[in-house]
Amino acid sequence: MKLVTAVIKPHKWEDVRAALETIGITGMTVSEVSGYGRQKGHTEVYRGAEYDITLVPKIRIEILVDEDDVEPVIDTVVKAAQTGKIGDGKVWVSPIESVVRVRTGDRDEAAI
Amino acid sequence: MIQLSAAATPDTGDTAWLLTSAALVLLMVPGLALFYGGMVRVKSVLNMMMMVFGALAVVMVVWLLLGYSLAFGDDLGGGLLGSPAQYVGLSSLVKEQAGATDQMVFAAFQGLFGAITVGLIAGAIADRVRFGTWLVFSALWTLLVYAPVAHWIFYAGDASHAGGWMLDHLGALDFAGGTAVEINSGAAGLAAAIVLGQRLGFGKDPMKPHNLTLTMIGAGLLWFGWFGFNAGSALAANHTAAVVFVNTLMAGCSGLLAWSLVEKARDGHATSFGAASGVVAGLVAITPSCGAVSPIGATLIGVVAGAVCAVAVGWKHRFGYDDSLDVVGVHLVGGLVGTLLIGLLANADVVGVDGLLYGGGLDQLGRQAVAASATFCFSLAMTALLVWALDRTLGFRVAADDEALGVDLVIHAEAAYDLHPTGGARPHLGHGSGTLHL
Repeated sequence: MKLVTAVIKPHKWEDVRAALETIGITGMTVSEVSGYGRQKGHTEVYRGAEYDITLVPKIRIEILVDEDDVEPVIDTVVKAAQTGKIGDGKVWVSPIESVVRVRTGDRDEAAI
Repeated sequence: MIQLSAAATPDTGDTAWLLTSAALVLLMVPGLALFYGGMVRVKSVLNMMMMVFGALAVVMVVWLLLGYSLAFGDDLGGGLLGSPAQYVGLSSLVKEQAGATDQMVFAAFQGLFGAITVGLIAGAIADRVRFGTWLVFSALWTLLVYAPVAHWIFYAGDASHAGGWMLDHLGALDFAGGTAVEINSGAAGLAAAIVLGQRLGFGKDPMKPHNLTLTMIGAGLLWFGWFGFNAGSALAANHTAAVVFVNTLMAGCSGLLAWSLVEKARDGHATSFGAASGVVAGLVAITPSCGAVSPIGATLIGVVAGAVCAVAVGWKHRFGYDDSLDVVGVHLVGGLVGTLLIGLLANADVVGVDGLLYGGGLDQLGRQAVAASATFCFSLAMTALLVWALDRTLGFRVAADDEALGVDLVIHAEAAYDLHPTGGARPHLGHGSGTLHL
Protein backbone atom coordinates (compact mmCIF):
# COMPACT_ATOMS: atom_id res chain seq x y z
CA MET A 1 0.00 0.00 0.00
CA LYS A 2 1.14 3.48 -0.80
CA LEU A 3 0.09 7.00 0.02
CA VAL A 4 0.21 9.30 -2.98
CA THR A 5 0.34 12.96 -1.92
CA ALA A 6 0.00 15.75 -4.43
CA VAL A 7 0.24 19.47 -3.87
CA ILE A 8 -1.30 21.34 -6.79
CA LYS A 9 -2.61 24.71 -7.88
CA PRO A 10 -6.09 25.32 -6.45
CA HIS A 11 -7.69 26.02 -9.82
CA LYS A 12 -6.49 22.63 -11.17
CA TRP A 13 -8.23 20.66 -8.43
CA GLU A 14 -11.44 19.97 -10.36
CA ASP A 15 -9.46 18.78 -13.42
CA VAL A 16 -7.43 16.42 -11.26
CA ARG A 17 -10.47 15.06 -9.47
CA ALA A 18 -12.30 14.39 -12.75
CA ALA A 19 -9.25 12.72 -14.31
CA LEU A 20 -8.76 10.47 -11.28
CA GLU A 21 -12.40 9.46 -11.42
CA THR A 22 -11.93 8.17 -15.00
CA ILE A 23 -9.26 5.73 -13.75
CA GLY A 24 -11.46 4.57 -10.89
CA ILE A 25 -10.14 6.64 -8.01
CA THR A 26 -13.26 7.71 -6.17
CA GLY A 27 -12.03 8.85 -2.81
CA MET A 28 -9.30 11.03 -1.37
CA THR A 29 -8.53 13.53 1.37
CA VAL A 30 -8.23 17.15 0.25
CA SER A 31 -6.82 20.03 2.30
CA GLU A 32 -6.30 23.69 1.70
CA VAL A 33 -2.66 24.37 2.42
CA SER A 34 -0.12 27.08 1.79
CA GLY A 35 3.57 27.05 1.25
CA TYR A 36 6.35 28.42 -0.83
CA GLY A 37 8.98 27.22 -3.20
CA ARG A 38 10.37 28.55 -6.42
CA GLN A 39 7.07 30.27 -7.20
CA LYS A 40 7.27 33.81 -5.86
CA GLY A 41 4.39 35.07 -3.73
CA HIS A 42 2.64 38.31 -4.55
CA THR A 43 2.41 41.88 -3.35
CA GLU A 44 -0.61 43.41 -1.63
CA VAL A 45 -1.07 47.14 -1.00
CA TYR A 46 -3.07 48.56 1.92
CA ARG A 47 -3.26 52.35 2.14
CA GLY A 48 0.02 52.55 0.27
CA ALA A 49 1.84 50.08 2.53
CA GLU A 50 3.12 47.13 0.49
CA TYR A 51 3.14 43.60 1.86
CA ASP A 52 5.10 40.79 0.23
CA ILE A 53 2.94 37.73 0.67
CA THR A 54 5.35 34.79 0.51
CA LEU A 55 2.90 31.96 1.22
CA VAL A 56 1.03 30.72 -1.84
CA PRO A 57 -2.28 28.87 -1.44
CA LYS A 58 -2.30 25.25 -2.69
CA ILE A 59 -4.49 22.15 -2.58
CA ARG A 60 -3.07 18.97 -1.06
CA ILE A 61 -4.57 15.66 -2.19
CA GLU A 62 -3.87 12.42 -0.32
CA ILE A 63 -4.84 9.08 -1.87
CA LEU A 64 -4.30 5.59 -0.43
CA VAL A 65 -3.71 3.13 -3.27
CA ASP A 66 -2.59 -0.42 -4.02
CA GLU A 67 0.94 -0.82 -5.41
CA ASP A 68 -0.45 -1.40 -8.93
CA ASP A 69 -2.33 1.86 -8.95
CA VAL A 70 0.60 4.06 -7.98
CA GLU A 71 1.95 4.78 -11.47
CA PRO A 72 -1.45 5.41 -13.14
CA VAL A 73 -2.41 7.76 -10.32
CA ILE A 74 0.86 9.71 -10.54
CA ASP A 75 0.56 9.99 -14.32
CA THR A 76 -3.04 11.13 -14.13
CA VAL A 77 -2.39 13.77 -11.47
CA VAL A 78 0.68 15.15 -13.25
CA LYS A 79 -1.10 15.30 -16.60
CA ALA A 80 -4.20 16.99 -15.20
CA ALA A 81 -2.40 19.46 -12.91
CA GLN A 82 0.33 20.54 -15.31
CA THR A 83 0.36 24.05 -16.72
CA GLY A 84 4.10 24.15 -17.44
CA LYS A 85 4.64 27.18 -15.23
CA ILE A 86 6.52 27.46 -11.95
CA GLY A 87 4.26 26.59 -9.04
CA ASP A 88 2.48 23.57 -10.56
CA GLY A 89 3.31 21.62 -7.40
CA LYS A 90 4.71 18.19 -6.54
CA VAL A 91 3.63 14.57 -6.19
CA TRP A 92 5.30 12.12 -3.85
CA VAL A 93 4.71 8.53 -2.76
CA SER A 94 5.24 7.04 0.70
CA PRO A 95 4.94 3.47 1.97
CA ILE A 96 2.02 2.71 4.27
CA GLU A 97 2.21 0.08 7.00
CA SER A 98 -1.42 -0.49 7.72
CA VAL A 99 -4.91 0.83 6.87
CA VAL A 100 -8.20 0.28 8.74
CA ARG A 101 -11.71 1.11 7.52
CA VAL A 102 -13.46 2.62 10.52
CA ARG A 103 -16.99 1.46 9.56
CA THR A 104 -16.15 -2.25 9.24
CA GLY A 105 -12.79 -2.74 10.82
CA ASP A 106 -11.47 -4.15 7.48
CA ARG A 107 -7.68 -4.12 7.27
CA ASP A 108 -5.16 -3.13 4.63
CA GLU A 109 -6.05 -4.01 0.95
CA ALA A 110 -9.69 -4.60 1.91
CA ALA A 111 -9.82 -1.13 3.46
CA ILE A 112 -8.54 0.76 0.42
CA MET B 1 -24.70 75.86 12.89
CA ILE B 2 -27.21 76.02 15.67
CA GLN B 3 -29.37 79.04 16.08
CA LEU B 4 -31.66 78.43 19.02
CA SER B 5 -33.73 81.48 18.25
CA ALA B 6 -36.70 82.59 20.30
CA ALA B 7 -39.57 81.41 18.13
CA ALA B 8 -42.60 80.07 19.97
CA THR B 9 -42.38 76.29 19.73
CA PRO B 10 -40.46 74.03 17.38
CA ASP B 11 -41.88 73.28 13.95
CA THR B 12 -42.94 69.62 13.85
CA GLY B 13 -41.31 69.08 10.45
CA ASP B 14 -38.00 70.34 11.80
CA THR B 15 -38.34 68.13 14.84
CA ALA B 16 -39.11 65.14 12.63
CA TRP B 17 -35.95 65.74 10.61
CA LEU B 18 -33.84 66.19 13.72
CA LEU B 19 -35.19 62.97 15.24
CA THR B 20 -34.37 61.18 12.00
CA SER B 21 -30.93 62.78 11.86
CA ALA B 22 -30.11 61.74 15.42
CA ALA B 23 -31.00 58.15 14.55
CA LEU B 24 -28.84 58.42 11.41
CA VAL B 25 -25.90 59.59 13.51
CA LEU B 26 -26.46 56.60 15.79
CA LEU B 27 -26.14 54.37 12.71
CA MET B 28 -22.63 55.75 12.26
CA VAL B 29 -21.61 53.85 15.41
CA PRO B 30 -22.04 50.35 13.93
CA GLY B 31 -20.76 51.87 10.69
CA LEU B 32 -17.56 52.92 12.39
CA ALA B 33 -17.33 49.59 14.23
CA LEU B 34 -17.46 47.75 10.89
CA PHE B 35 -15.16 50.23 9.15
CA TYR B 36 -12.52 49.83 11.85
CA GLY B 37 -13.31 46.18 12.62
CA GLY B 38 -12.40 45.13 9.09
CA MET B 39 -9.08 46.96 9.26
CA VAL B 40 -7.63 45.23 12.30
CA ARG B 41 -6.13 41.78 12.47
CA VAL B 42 -8.37 38.81 13.20
CA LYS B 43 -7.32 38.72 16.85
CA SER B 44 -8.64 42.22 17.66
CA VAL B 45 -11.89 42.56 15.68
CA LEU B 46 -14.33 42.28 18.56
CA ASN B 47 -12.28 44.50 20.83
CA MET B 48 -12.21 47.18 18.14
CA MET B 49 -15.97 47.00 17.77
CA MET B 50 -16.41 46.98 21.53
CA MET B 51 -14.28 50.09 21.90
CA VAL B 52 -16.62 51.91 19.51
CA PHE B 53 -19.84 50.59 21.05
CA GLY B 54 -18.45 51.02 24.57
CA ALA B 55 -17.59 54.64 23.86
CA LEU B 56 -21.18 55.24 22.73
CA ALA B 57 -22.60 53.87 25.96
CA VAL B 58 -20.24 55.77 28.24
CA VAL B 59 -20.36 59.05 26.34
CA MET B 60 -24.15 59.18 26.28
CA VAL B 61 -24.45 58.58 30.02
CA VAL B 62 -21.81 61.19 30.78
CA TRP B 63 -23.45 63.55 28.31
CA LEU B 64 -26.81 63.18 30.03
CA LEU B 65 -25.33 63.87 33.44
CA LEU B 66 -22.86 66.64 32.73
CA GLY B 67 -21.54 66.84 29.20
CA TYR B 68 -24.52 68.56 27.62
CA SER B 69 -24.47 71.27 30.28
CA LEU B 70 -20.75 71.90 29.79
CA ALA B 71 -21.21 72.16 26.04
CA PHE B 72 -24.56 73.90 25.76
CA GLY B 73 -25.24 75.41 29.17
CA ASP B 74 -25.22 79.20 29.54
CA ASP B 75 -21.74 80.50 28.93
CA LEU B 76 -19.68 80.97 32.08
CA GLY B 77 -17.59 83.70 30.44
CA GLY B 78 -15.37 84.22 27.46
CA GLY B 79 -17.17 81.60 25.42
CA LEU B 80 -15.06 78.88 27.01
CA LEU B 81 -17.45 76.59 28.86
CA GLY B 82 -21.13 76.11 29.66
CA SER B 83 -22.75 76.14 33.07
CA PRO B 84 -22.17 72.61 34.40
CA ALA B 85 -25.32 72.16 36.48
CA GLN B 86 -27.84 73.60 34.08
CA TYR B 87 -29.09 70.50 32.31
CA VAL B 88 -28.09 67.71 34.69
CA GLY B 89 -30.05 64.64 33.67
CA LEU B 90 -31.75 66.77 30.98
CA SER B 91 -34.49 67.17 33.59
CA SER B 92 -35.11 70.81 32.77
CA LEU B 93 -35.81 69.88 29.15
CA VAL B 94 -38.59 67.41 29.87
CA LYS B 95 -41.13 70.21 29.56
CA GLU B 96 -41.17 71.63 26.05
CA GLN B 97 -38.99 74.71 25.77
CA ALA B 98 -39.69 77.77 23.66
CA GLY B 99 -37.44 78.14 20.62
CA ALA B 100 -37.02 77.02 17.04
CA THR B 101 -35.43 73.67 17.93
CA ASP B 102 -36.69 70.93 20.21
CA GLN B 103 -33.98 70.91 22.85
CA MET B 104 -34.50 67.35 24.00
CA VAL B 105 -33.73 65.83 20.61
CA PHE B 106 -31.03 68.47 20.12
CA ALA B 107 -29.31 67.24 23.29
CA ALA B 108 -29.39 63.64 22.05
CA PHE B 109 -28.23 64.66 18.56
CA GLN B 110 -25.26 66.56 19.98
CA GLY B 111 -24.40 63.78 22.41
CA LEU B 112 -24.16 61.32 19.54
CA PHE B 113 -21.62 63.63 17.90
CA GLY B 114 -19.50 63.22 21.00
CA ALA B 115 -19.94 59.45 20.93
CA ILE B 116 -18.71 59.22 17.34
CA THR B 117 -15.80 61.54 18.11
CA VAL B 118 -14.59 59.35 20.96
CA GLY B 119 -15.13 56.20 18.89
CA LEU B 120 -12.88 57.62 16.18
CA ILE B 121 -9.98 57.91 18.63
CA ALA B 122 -10.12 54.15 19.26
CA GLY B 123 -8.69 53.55 15.80
CA ALA B 124 -5.40 55.19 16.74
CA ILE B 125 -4.72 52.78 19.61
CA ALA B 126 -6.21 49.55 18.23
CA ASP B 127 -4.96 46.12 19.32
CA ARG B 128 -3.24 47.19 22.53
CA VAL B 129 -5.30 48.88 25.25
CA ARG B 130 -7.24 47.78 28.31
CA PHE B 131 -10.99 48.00 27.83
CA GLY B 132 -11.82 49.32 31.29
CA THR B 133 -9.30 52.11 31.01
CA TRP B 134 -10.65 52.94 27.56
CA LEU B 135 -14.13 53.42 29.04
CA VAL B 136 -12.76 55.67 31.77
CA PHE B 137 -10.85 57.60 29.12
CA SER B 138 -14.05 57.95 27.07
CA ALA B 139 -15.89 59.51 30.01
CA LEU B 140 -13.12 61.89 31.01
CA TRP B 141 -12.24 62.91 27.46
CA THR B 142 -15.89 63.75 26.77
CA LEU B 143 -15.98 66.13 29.73
CA LEU B 144 -12.47 67.56 29.55
CA VAL B 145 -11.95 67.81 25.80
CA TYR B 146 -15.06 67.23 23.72
CA ALA B 147 -17.56 69.31 25.70
CA PRO B 148 -15.35 72.43 25.85
CA VAL B 149 -14.52 72.37 22.14
CA ALA B 150 -18.17 71.74 21.29
CA HIS B 151 -19.03 74.78 23.40
CA TRP B 152 -16.46 76.90 21.59
CA ILE B 153 -17.82 76.16 18.13
CA PHE B 154 -21.43 74.93 18.48
CA TYR B 155 -22.86 77.01 21.34
CA ALA B 156 -24.63 79.98 19.77
CA GLY B 157 -25.59 81.85 22.92
CA ASP B 158 -28.77 83.82 23.32
CA ALA B 159 -29.93 87.36 24.07
CA SER B 160 -28.26 87.41 27.48
CA HIS B 161 -25.30 85.05 26.89
CA ALA B 162 -22.44 85.25 24.43
CA GLY B 163 -21.81 82.20 22.25
CA GLY B 164 -18.72 80.00 22.11
CA TRP B 165 -15.53 81.95 21.43
CA MET B 166 -14.68 80.32 18.10
CA LEU B 167 -18.21 80.76 16.77
CA ASP B 168 -19.15 84.11 18.27
CA HIS B 169 -15.94 86.06 18.97
CA LEU B 170 -13.74 84.61 16.26
CA GLY B 171 -16.36 84.06 13.59
CA ALA B 172 -15.01 80.72 12.42
CA LEU B 173 -17.30 78.64 10.23
CA ASP B 174 -17.78 74.99 11.15
CA PHE B 175 -21.13 73.59 10.18
CA ALA B 176 -21.00 70.09 11.63
CA GLY B 177 -17.72 69.58 13.44
CA GLY B 178 -14.50 69.89 11.43
CA THR B 179 -13.00 71.22 14.65
CA ALA B 180 -14.94 69.58 17.49
CA VAL B 181 -15.22 66.18 15.81
CA GLU B 182 -12.55 65.72 13.16
CA ILE B 183 -9.49 67.77 14.19
CA ASN B 184 -10.32 67.00 17.80
CA SER B 185 -10.42 63.22 17.36
CA GLY B 186 -7.43 63.26 15.02
CA ALA B 187 -5.23 65.27 17.40
CA ALA B 188 -6.37 63.06 20.28
CA GLY B 189 -5.53 59.96 18.27
CA LEU B 190 -2.07 61.33 17.55
CA ALA B 191 -1.46 62.11 21.21
CA ALA B 192 -2.74 58.74 22.40
CA ALA B 193 -0.72 56.81 19.80
CA ILE B 194 2.46 58.66 20.76
CA VAL B 195 1.98 58.36 24.53
CA LEU B 196 1.00 54.67 24.43
CA GLY B 197 3.64 53.73 21.89
CA GLN B 198 3.79 51.37 18.96
CA ARG B 199 2.17 47.97 18.82
CA LEU B 200 4.49 44.98 19.20
CA GLY B 201 6.06 44.33 15.82
CA PHE B 202 4.98 47.63 14.24
CA GLY B 203 6.81 48.08 10.95
CA LYS B 204 8.03 44.47 11.09
CA ASP B 205 5.10 42.09 11.41
CA PRO B 206 2.32 42.14 8.84
CA MET B 207 -0.63 44.19 10.13
CA LYS B 208 -2.87 44.14 7.13
CA PRO B 209 -6.65 44.49 7.37
CA HIS B 210 -8.34 41.15 7.96
CA ASN B 211 -11.65 41.79 6.18
CA LEU B 212 -12.11 44.71 3.83
CA THR B 213 -15.66 43.64 3.06
CA LEU B 214 -16.59 44.80 6.55
CA THR B 215 -14.69 48.02 5.96
CA MET B 216 -16.61 48.72 2.73
CA ILE B 217 -19.95 48.08 4.43
CA GLY B 218 -18.86 50.27 7.31
CA ALA B 219 -17.92 53.09 4.94
CA GLY B 220 -21.34 52.82 3.31
CA LEU B 221 -23.15 52.98 6.65
CA LEU B 222 -20.99 55.91 7.75
CA TRP B 223 -21.84 57.76 4.55
CA PHE B 224 -25.56 57.13 5.03
CA GLY B 225 -25.38 58.27 8.64
CA TRP B 226 -23.35 61.31 7.63
CA PHE B 227 -26.44 62.81 6.02
CA GLY B 228 -27.90 63.01 9.51
CA PHE B 229 -24.64 64.38 10.85
CA ASN B 230 -24.34 67.14 8.26
CA ALA B 231 -27.80 67.85 6.91
CA GLY B 232 -29.21 67.31 10.40
CA SER B 233 -26.94 70.10 11.63
CA ALA B 234 -29.16 72.52 9.74
CA LEU B 235 -31.54 71.71 12.63
CA ALA B 236 -34.42 72.21 10.21
CA ALA B 237 -36.00 70.49 7.24
CA ASN B 238 -35.18 73.38 4.95
CA HIS B 239 -33.15 74.50 1.95
CA THR B 240 -29.91 74.73 3.94
CA ALA B 241 -30.30 71.06 4.78
CA ALA B 242 -30.83 70.34 1.07
CA VAL B 243 -27.64 72.17 0.03
CA VAL B 244 -25.70 70.43 2.79
CA PHE B 245 -27.13 67.07 1.71
CA VAL B 246 -25.93 67.52 -1.86
CA ASN B 247 -22.53 68.78 -0.72
CA THR B 248 -22.15 65.72 1.53
CA LEU B 249 -22.99 63.44 -1.38
CA MET B 250 -20.57 65.15 -3.75
CA ALA B 251 -17.59 65.26 -1.37
CA GLY B 252 -17.86 61.54 -0.63
CA CYS B 253 -17.88 60.76 -4.35
CA SER B 254 -14.99 63.04 -5.25
CA GLY B 255 -13.02 61.82 -2.24
CA LEU B 256 -13.35 58.24 -3.50
CA LEU B 257 -12.20 59.22 -6.99
CA ALA B 258 -9.25 61.29 -5.81
CA TRP B 259 -7.89 58.69 -3.37
CA SER B 260 -8.26 55.98 -6.02
CA LEU B 261 -6.43 58.06 -8.63
CA VAL B 262 -3.55 58.76 -6.25
CA GLU B 263 -3.27 55.03 -5.54
CA LYS B 264 -3.44 54.06 -9.18
CA ALA B 265 -0.70 56.54 -10.06
CA ARG B 266 1.52 55.78 -7.05
CA ASP B 267 0.99 52.07 -6.31
CA GLY B 268 -0.38 50.80 -9.60
CA HIS B 269 -3.74 49.67 -8.21
CA ALA B 270 -6.97 51.34 -7.15
CA THR B 271 -7.85 49.42 -3.99
CA SER B 272 -11.18 48.88 -2.24
CA PHE B 273 -9.54 50.03 0.99
CA GLY B 274 -8.50 53.23 -0.75
CA ALA B 275 -12.00 53.77 -2.11
CA ALA B 276 -13.58 53.32 1.33
CA SER B 277 -10.96 55.60 2.84
CA GLY B 278 -11.48 58.20 0.12
CA VAL B 279 -15.20 58.36 0.82
CA VAL B 280 -14.54 58.95 4.50
CA ALA B 281 -11.77 61.50 3.81
CA GLY B 282 -14.14 63.47 1.58
CA LEU B 283 -16.90 63.30 4.18
CA VAL B 284 -14.55 64.40 6.95
CA ALA B 285 -13.50 67.46 4.97
CA ILE B 286 -17.04 68.41 3.99
CA THR B 287 -18.22 68.18 7.62
CA PRO B 288 -17.15 71.73 8.54
CA SER B 289 -17.63 73.12 5.06
CA CYS B 290 -20.94 71.60 3.94
CA GLY B 291 -22.86 74.71 5.00
CA ALA B 292 -20.43 77.17 3.46
CA VAL B 293 -19.74 76.06 -0.09
CA SER B 294 -21.50 75.34 -3.38
CA PRO B 295 -21.70 71.78 -4.76
CA ILE B 296 -18.71 72.62 -6.99
CA GLY B 297 -16.81 73.75 -3.90
CA ALA B 298 -17.82 70.55 -2.11
CA THR B 299 -16.54 68.45 -4.99
CA LEU B 300 -13.21 70.28 -4.93
CA ILE B 301 -12.93 69.84 -1.17
CA GLY B 302 -13.53 66.10 -1.58
CA VAL B 303 -10.83 65.92 -4.26
CA VAL B 304 -8.27 67.74 -2.12
CA ALA B 305 -9.11 65.69 0.98
CA GLY B 306 -9.04 62.37 -0.89
CA ALA B 307 -5.67 63.14 -2.46
CA VAL B 308 -4.00 64.70 0.58
CA CYS B 309 -5.23 62.02 3.00
CA ALA B 310 -4.07 59.25 0.63
CA VAL B 311 -0.58 60.66 1.08
CA ALA B 312 -0.96 61.54 4.77
CA VAL B 313 -1.68 57.95 5.85
CA GLY B 314 1.93 57.16 4.98
CA TRP B 315 3.38 59.65 7.44
CA LYS B 316 3.10 57.30 10.41
CA HIS B 317 5.62 54.97 8.79
CA ARG B 318 8.02 57.86 8.20
CA PHE B 319 7.70 59.39 11.67
CA GLY B 320 7.10 56.21 13.63
CA TYR B 321 3.86 56.95 15.50
CA ASP B 322 1.63 53.89 15.37
CA ASP B 323 -1.73 55.47 14.57
CA SER B 324 -3.07 52.01 13.84
CA LEU B 325 -6.08 52.80 11.64
CA ASP B 326 -5.03 56.25 10.40
CA VAL B 327 -7.14 58.54 12.53
CA VAL B 328 -4.48 61.20 11.98
CA GLY B 329 -4.14 60.67 8.26
CA VAL B 330 -7.88 60.75 7.63
CA HIS B 331 -9.58 62.71 10.43
CA LEU B 332 -6.95 65.19 11.53
CA VAL B 333 -5.69 65.91 8.03
CA GLY B 334 -9.14 65.72 6.41
CA GLY B 335 -10.56 67.94 9.16
CA LEU B 336 -7.80 70.50 8.61
CA VAL B 337 -8.36 70.42 4.84
CA GLY B 338 -12.09 71.02 5.21
CA THR B 339 -11.81 73.64 7.92
CA LEU B 340 -9.14 75.63 6.08
CA LEU B 341 -10.65 75.34 2.60
CA ILE B 342 -13.70 77.22 3.88
CA GLY B 343 -11.35 80.19 3.87
CA LEU B 344 -10.87 79.72 0.14
CA LEU B 345 -14.17 78.34 -1.05
CA ALA B 346 -16.83 79.92 1.19
CA ASN B 347 -19.62 81.20 -1.01
CA ALA B 348 -21.68 84.21 0.03
CA ASP B 349 -24.78 82.75 -1.64
CA VAL B 350 -24.58 79.82 0.76
CA VAL B 351 -23.19 81.27 3.96
CA GLY B 352 -23.05 85.06 3.59
CA VAL B 353 -19.25 85.19 3.51
CA ASP B 354 -16.94 84.91 0.51
CA GLY B 355 -13.67 83.02 0.74
CA LEU B 356 -10.40 84.03 -0.92
CA LEU B 357 -11.22 82.45 -4.28
CA TYR B 358 -14.55 84.28 -4.38
CA GLY B 359 -12.87 87.64 -3.76
CA GLY B 360 -13.43 87.67 -0.02
CA GLY B 361 -9.79 88.20 0.94
CA LEU B 362 -7.86 86.39 3.65
CA ASP B 363 -10.05 87.25 6.64
CA GLN B 364 -12.07 84.05 6.76
CA LEU B 365 -9.02 81.88 6.11
CA GLY B 366 -7.36 83.50 9.12
CA ARG B 367 -10.36 82.77 11.32
CA GLN B 368 -10.45 79.18 10.13
CA ALA B 369 -6.72 78.77 10.84
CA VAL B 370 -7.09 80.09 14.38
CA ALA B 371 -10.00 77.74 15.12
CA ALA B 372 -8.17 74.75 13.63
CA SER B 373 -4.93 75.50 15.52
CA ALA B 374 -6.69 76.11 18.82
CA THR B 375 -8.59 72.84 18.56
CA PHE B 376 -5.47 70.93 17.54
CA CYS B 377 -3.29 72.28 20.35
CA PHE B 378 -5.94 71.94 23.06
CA SER B 379 -6.85 68.39 22.07
CA LEU B 380 -3.25 67.25 21.62
CA ALA B 381 -2.10 68.59 24.99
CA MET B 382 -5.16 67.57 27.01
CA THR B 383 -5.29 64.09 25.51
CA ALA B 384 -1.58 63.47 26.01
CA LEU B 385 -1.94 64.46 29.64
CA LEU B 386 -5.06 62.36 30.17
CA VAL B 387 -3.66 59.24 28.49
CA TRP B 388 -0.39 59.59 30.40
CA ALA B 389 -2.23 59.98 33.72
CA LEU B 390 -4.49 56.99 33.06
CA ASP B 391 -1.53 54.86 32.02
CA ARG B 392 0.26 55.79 35.25
CA THR B 393 -2.75 55.08 37.45
CA LEU B 394 -5.05 52.44 35.95
CA GLY B 395 -2.66 51.17 33.29
CA PHE B 396 -3.72 51.77 29.71
CA ARG B 397 -1.78 49.16 27.71
CA VAL B 398 -2.26 45.42 27.98
CA ALA B 399 0.73 43.24 28.86
CA ALA B 400 3.01 42.32 25.97
CA ASP B 401 2.09 38.62 26.12
CA ASP B 402 -1.60 39.48 26.04
CA GLU B 403 -1.09 41.80 23.11
CA ALA B 404 0.68 39.02 21.21
CA LEU B 405 -2.11 36.58 22.01
CA GLY B 406 -4.75 39.10 20.98
CA VAL B 407 -7.09 41.39 22.85
CA ASP B 408 -10.27 39.60 21.71
CA LEU B 409 -9.26 36.50 23.60
CA VAL B 410 -7.54 38.10 26.55
CA ILE B 411 -9.99 40.91 27.29
CA HIS B 412 -13.31 39.54 26.07
CA ALA B 413 -12.74 35.74 26.06
CA GLU B 414 -14.19 35.53 22.55
CA ALA B 415 -13.07 34.89 18.99
CA ALA B 416 -14.62 36.82 16.11
CA TYR B 417 -14.79 33.91 13.70
CA ASP B 418 -15.34 30.24 14.32
CA LEU B 419 -14.58 28.51 11.05
CA HIS B 420 -13.75 25.12 12.50
CA PRO B 421 -16.38 22.45 11.75
CA THR B 422 -16.44 21.22 15.35
CA GLY B 423 -16.15 24.68 16.83
CA GLY B 424 -12.66 23.61 17.82
CA ALA B 425 -13.67 23.64 21.44
CA ARG B 426 -15.10 21.46 24.17
CA PRO B 427 -17.86 23.17 26.14
CA HIS B 428 -17.94 23.01 29.89
CA LEU B 429 -20.33 24.46 32.43
CA GLY B 430 -19.25 27.77 33.88
CA HIS B 431 -20.74 30.89 35.33
CA GLY B 432 -24.19 31.69 34.01
CA SER B 433 -24.58 28.34 32.29
CA GLY B 434 -27.59 27.20 34.28
CA THR B 435 -29.75 26.75 31.18
CA LEU B 436 -27.04 25.08 29.11
CA HIS B 437 -27.70 21.34 28.94
CA LEU B 438 -24.84 19.33 27.53
